[in-house]
Amino acid sequence: MRTGSMPILHRLKHGLVILVALVAASVASFAQTADEAFTRLAADSYSDTSRAIELLVSTAHPNAALIVEALSDGRLLSGPGGVAVKTSSGAFVDARTGQPLAVAPEGLKAVRLNNAVRRAVQAALGGLGLLNPDPAKRTAAAEAVFKSRDAGLLPIVETAIGKEADPRALAALRQAQAAILIAKPDAQPLDRLAAIEVLHERGDQDALATLRALPGDATPALKEAQAKAITAIEGRLKLWAVAQNLWYGLSLGSVLLLAAIGLAITFGVMGVINMAHGEMVMLGAYTTFVVQELIRTNAPWLFDWSLAIALPAAFIVAGAIGIAIERGVIRFLYGRPLETLLATWGISLILQQAVRTAFGPTNREVGAPSFMSGAFELGGLAITYNRLWIIVFAALVFAALLAILKLTPMGLQMRAVTQNRRMASAMGIRTGRIDALTFGLGSGVAGLAGVALSQIDNVSPNLGQSYIIDSFMVVVFGGVGNLWGTLVGAMTLGVANKLLEPYAGAVLGKIALLVCIILFIQKRPRGLFALKGRAVEA
Amino acid sequence: MITRFLLQNMDKRGGIFLAILLGLAVLVPLSNLFLPASSPFHVPTSTMSLWGKYLCYALLAVSLDLVWGYCGILSLGHGAFFALGGYAMGLYLMRQIGSRGVYGNPILPDFMVFLNWQELPWYWWGFSSFPFAMLMVLAVPGLLAFVFGWFAFRSRVTGVYLSIITQALTYALLLAFFRNDMGFGGNNGLTDFKDILGFNIQAQTTRAALFSMTCVMLAAGFLIARGIVVSKLGKVVIAIRDAESRTRFLGYRVDRFKLFVFTVSACMAGVAGALYVPQVGIINPSEFAPANSIETVIWVAVGGRGSLVGAALGAVVVNWAKTVFTSGFMAPYWLFALGGLFVVVTLFLPKGILGTAEALWARRRKSAPTPAAEPAPAE
Repeated sequence: MRTGSMPILHRLKHGLVILVALVAASVASFAQTADEAFTRLAADSYSDTSRAIELLVSTAHPNAALIVEALSDGRLLSGPGGVAVKTSSGAFVDARTGQPLAVAPEGLKAVRLNNAVRRAVQAALGGLGLLNPDPAKRTAAAEAVFKSRDAGLLPIVETAIGKEADPRALAALRQAQAAILIAKPDAQPLDRLAAIEVLHERGDQDALATLRALPGDATPALKEAQAKAITAIEGRLKLWAVAQNLWYGLSLGSVLLLAAIGLAITFGVMGVINMAHGEMVMLGAYTTFVVQELIRTNAPWLFDWSLAIALPAAFIVAGAIGIAIERGVIRFLYGRPLETLLATWGISLILQQAVRTAFGPTNREVGAPSFMSGAFELGGLAITYNRLWIIVFAALVFAALLAILKLTPMGLQMRAVTQNRRMASAMGIRTGRIDALTFGLGSGVAGLAGVALSQIDNVSPNLGQSYIIDSFMVVVFGGVGNLWGTLVGAMTLGVANKLLEPYAGAVLGKIALLVCIILFIQKRPRGLFALKGRAVEA
Repeated sequence: MITRFLLQNMDKRGGIFLAILLGLAVLVPLSNLFLPASSPFHVPTSTMSLWGKYLCYALLAVSLDLVWGYCGILSLGHGAFFALGGYAMGLYLMRQIGSRGVYGNPILPDFMVFLNWQELPWYWWGFSSFPFAMLMVLAVPGLLAFVFGWFAFRSRVTGVYLSIITQALTYALLLAFFRNDMGFGGNNGLTDFKDILGFNIQAQTTRAALFSMTCVMLAAGFLIARGIVVSKLGKVVIAIRDAESRTRFLGYRVDRFKLFVFTVSACMAGVAGALYVPQVGIINPSEFAPANSIETVIWVAVGGRGSLVGAALGAVVVNWAKTVFTSGFMAPYWLFALGGLFVVVTLFLPKGILGTAEALWARRRKSAPTPAAEPAPAE
């Protein structure tokens, strides 16, 4: 036999056998087919075993699942006396009736398997899944058939379609049928046309692959339909890919927003570049780690709440350290922004080294609570829960800060100091106190960002360093003293970064973005949303 | 005329500094080459290379002080110019390897053979010529500074905004040079150098010559920077530092002065890098790291911002301290010390150690004008 034609011939035979068997089952008696199957099983030759399985499955014998599973585990025994299944507990069951056997039958041997039989078993298990009472399992089985495109399963698939009531399972079954029809060499052109339509509707990567499996000898009309469907699906997939990148961009943007918003506050109100801001983020992440460790050792049942507990803790830790830095160092350097930059850089080195000394230089493991792990699909989008929650969290933090700035007396005073420090002071605002509180708030928000970032990044002493330059870019791009500017800046940079990535690669995209920002600063030296008035010259 | 430009109004401090540099340039190589290793005055080759490195840093610090101390431009990207100069020198040294590389390819450096490159990229052309390479050492950083400064100063980007975009510049270059596709050796950079101008780069005599050359270049850089600072142009530059708007209102084209100083400074940083590479034997993208540039700023701040001798002194002192700290049991505490240095210097020593020492000396002389007073540590 020529090897090239073997698979097709084999499939042909395979399918024909089942067809014949099906016809036989409907016309002649059900028992007769079953008899044949059991005789073949008892014969214990590989080809007979395979055929027997096909017969059992295609006739949907009540014990088919039991038998096939037993066979795959090597628990199916056969001999001249009949066929029996040894259950996992060691008891024996008659394969034909499913009745327990009181006495272990004599002269039975385990039915042997070779690779061909194993394949048949696998296919049979897939086929049996199609008849499973659980709709979710039926859908999964149909999906497996869709991928395998095993022509031998077509009759079962069609039987299953006839019986199916669940709409999702029905759709999956129809897609499985379509996939088989596309690949099956002797399928009718009309059936195939319908199949192409079904695959077109499905419209994902797998559908594309299946469509491409259409044999080369198909009619021109079919080929045209296939080409049309492929173009349509590719277009749709491209759209989804853009949407996915947009989603990644939003996710990155919200991370940038979290990292940069505290910086924007301190920079806006105090004109101070806080190079230690990244370390506040890092401290927030380490606070999360410590909280989780405490919970693990003391109250494991609280673990799902660990992030909620870590949030205030991180805010307080980072905020307190921020206030300490402001009172201890920065307030002596007002009016000298460049010196502040250097001093805070020194503080960042000290904090990094302190954390390295305390926790070691390696990454620390921060766990994800159950509600943050996993993913779901939305259309063609894959959305992980942790990214989703971080976007939600960033939005909440943004809204809270906006509320603080607009609705509280402290926010009012902060805005006054931002706009005109001396006039605010003359109106009785204690600018020193506002500075300390602002710095504490900005640092505390960085701590909150650290809790969120601990979920998606490595918690190491260098965590802050990797965000600090990006945060600066967001702040100078968005402009100072305006939270909306920071929001727009973060989202623009995030989305632009992710949209550039597929074309330019991650590194080149980032370089391009940095160059764009450098050029942008030339055009608008004070950022997108520049502050107007006296503060500009301050 | 040039001599007069360079040496006009030379003060005592500058004179001592130059004398020390020239003394080092002559005495250290002599001691290294001709004194027996047992002599107490013998300078081991490793020490000489180490101090050569410090002096390169000193030249970088002088160049940064020129823009920061005298023109008020805090560049957080001066390491980029240093590294570009280093890469220009590195390209020359790579081309000198010839067929002695691991793969023995007469044209292509090892990493290109490894990456299956077929021919030398165009930007490597000409680097087998030493004069061309030296021209590039000046031209590449200078051109980058010129273009960058032309945009930035014309649109009046000042203060922290300028600092941040210079940082972005060096960060972008860092990312770019990490890419293998750039053709500069990617992550590993350029190394395994063999010859410079036909002399074995590992030889003791070559190292001694490089050390002398570094001293001379530092002296030259110092003289040029000083020449600029004390000239009339320098007066305008200092005026820009102290009151940019007023200077502009007086009719000076602030952006052009800044651009000139910035470009000169970048060229000097490039020379420092070019001297650095043959002495340490490697150049890789980590030289572009923003942290390096910020560290350079602290050298200047420690030594004394606005004093060229101070900047050089600061670079040597901080790097010497770094070597001492990081080689012993104190290694884990180096970052504490460096960070503390940033804070303490900005808070308590705004004029750096040199400025503070001078102020102390002046106060003491005023209170006790006796000849018993010690001379200030002017080194």
